[in-house]
Amino acid sequence: MTTITSELTSEKALWMFETMITIRRFEEQARREADSGRLRGLHSSIGQEAVPTGVCAHLRDDDYVLGTHRSHHHCIAKGVDIREMMAELFGKATGTNKGKGGTMHIADINKGMLGANGVVGSNIPVATGVALAAKVQGKDSVSVVFFGDGAANQGSLHESMNLASIWKLPVLFVCENNRYAESTPVEYAVAGTSVANRAEGYAMPGVTVDGQSALDMYEVAGEAVARARAGEGPTLIEAQTYRYMGHFGADDPLSYRTPEEEQYYKDRDCVDRMKAYLLETGTATQEDLDAIDKEAVEAVAAAVKFAEESPFPSPEELTTDVYVSYR
Amino acid sequence: MVQAQATRQITYIHAVNEAIHQLMEEDSKIIVMGEDIAGAAGRADQGFVDAWGGPLRLTKGLIQKFGEERVRDTPISEAGFIGAGVGAAAAGLRPLVDMMYVGFYGVCADQITNNAAKIHYMFGGKVNVPITIMTNIGAGVNSAAQHSESLYSIFAHFPGLKCVVPSDPYTAKGLYISALRDNDPVIIFNHKMLMGLRAGPEVPERMYEVPIGKANVSRKGSDITLTGVGYMTQICLQAAEELASLGYSAEVIDLLSVSPMDDETILESVKKTRKIVIVDEDYPRCSFASDVSALVAEQAFDYLDAPPTRVTPPHSSVPYSTVLEPLFIPSKEKVVAAAIAVLE
Repeated sequence: MTTITSELTSEKALWMFETMITIRRFEEQARREADSGRLRGLHSSIGQEAVPTGVCAHLRDDDYVLGTHRSHHHCIAKGVDIREMMAELFGKATGTNKGKGGTMHIADINKGMLGANGVVGSNIPVATGVALAAKVQGKDSVSVVFFGDGAANQGSLHESMNLASIWKLPVLFVCENNRYAESTPVEYAVAGTSVANRAEGYAMPGVTVDGQSALDMYEVAGEAVARARAGEGPTLIEAQTYRYMGHFGADDPLSYRTPEEEQYYKDRDCVDRMKAYLLETGTATQEDLDAIDKEAVEAVAAAVKFAEESPFPSPEELTTDVYVSYR
Repeated sequence: MVQAQATRQITYIHAVNEAIHQLMEEDSKIIVMGEDIAGAAGRADQGFVDAWGGPLRLTKGLIQKFGEERVRDTPISEAGFIGAGVGAAAAGLRPLVDMMYVGFYGVCADQITNNAAKIHYMFGGKVNVPITIMTNIGAGVNSAAQHSESLYSIFAHFPGLKCVVPSDPYTAKGLYISALRDNDPVIIFNHKMLMGLRAGPEVPERMYEVPIGKANVSRKGSDITLTGVGYMTQICLQAAEELASLGYSAEVIDLLSVSPMDDETILESVKKTRKIVIVDEDYPRCSFASDVSALVAEQAFDYLDAPPTRVTPPHSSVPYSTVLEPLFIPSKEKVVAAAIAVLE
């Protein structure tokens, strides 16, 4: 078990559990909705809950997070309302994006969620610019971009790391290495043995961390956020994690990996380990944890109800918001 | 005072430079980024400051006045810094970002077409991206295929982007001011043949806007309409002068804005002259010229005495040789010939 940092209050630890269990229950329900045909094109984040949870535990509303095609967990960890998220998945007018973005583009600027992005690696330069805006405006807010091991091979990451380093920008590059870019294994596609090692070429710290441990994530992200806030520049974090589902709804992950490998990671499940920590430290009882889980299930059910009962966008929404103004 | 203003014929470069200076004074949220935008980055301690002031000298003097925080030389890394401009815009700044030549869009198109263009729409109108991108276009100086394109048609294709093409110093200053005050992403296409130009209306020292999406009737006429954009407007004005000597009255419309396009001004002119020659330096296939032609054919068909005619380059890359390049570019002679064919 990870040694606990002195900064992790029991309140924060419980928030982390509550966040992770909410993500998991949300994703399980979204999967059920997709299987029943009510939703399409989901990229499930089950298994990766600890990564954004450990990072976002250090963030404020005026810090920004930018994500990927697989970003429900980033959104929930950053505090986006799950009712509005579910409504967005249903394409409803009450969704975070008024039903115009869907699963791959959820954004809520008031919560500092500056958007999921469907193009692999595309958000990394944008996040770098968000950090630049903070620096130019003399704010101590930080920008965090999550991306996968697939994006680690995009030029956009390398250009952004270089830019962030020469300008000492307050940005965290957080790679969720879930071992697969769609069906392509990381050991095939990523030269060398590490994404984190690539930080060295850009003169910034590169850290590898157990992404299945919320506590380890919390520890590593805490240092990186503090560095960024202090004006000391960017950090690259490689969180080693695992996606339990396939890349999207219809693919069978066992067509490219073994059940033994899946079991290895499930034996190190981030939610289970957080539960164990809370119980062992006496932070919570089993009843407490069951109650939090039950609340998460109920909140997700309420989100589905909200989404079902919400109206679809009106037809004129098709052509609104293309521009702020056009002639 | 009136006398002094009347003689204020400054170059395109001067007009743009003045606009950016005034804009940065007006709004502290404006930052400028690009390759060699100042030049000799980081060497102030050796006495090297503002070595270039931008590849076209459009940003000369900014770094001394506004400092390194707001005037940023970038690495040659378009996906990185144009993407950073998008993010900075989404997070509250108004970046002016230089994409040195429009042909370089190929290495950063994702940031322009997937992020700048789409964020406002796909986020349900809740995030604005007030970035302005400026870029150099056009043939005429033997820069060959990758440094001589116009390409605004590509960007006009994308909902969410605004595209403007100044035709002289006056419209350049006014369009820069409008673009940087606009809340949408705007791309300004600067034609390299206009840089030293002092023609057109005098450029007031005060700030003024040339509205985005509004064409300008540069010369009134009654026999035929010539539409130009950017440098092609100058070609159209020269052609109109020659046509006048032949006894024809040509109206010249300076389109200025490729997206939004000012349909009304085009249609109004064609309904009057009943003939149109569309002049465009961008590639001819699926292009802005095709769009203008389609507009006229679809919405003014009954008024036309002749089919809409386009004068464009051939469907070819831009050649290097001094013999070949002029064959590529629409010239005054080609426009006059096309107009006479329509008129007669």
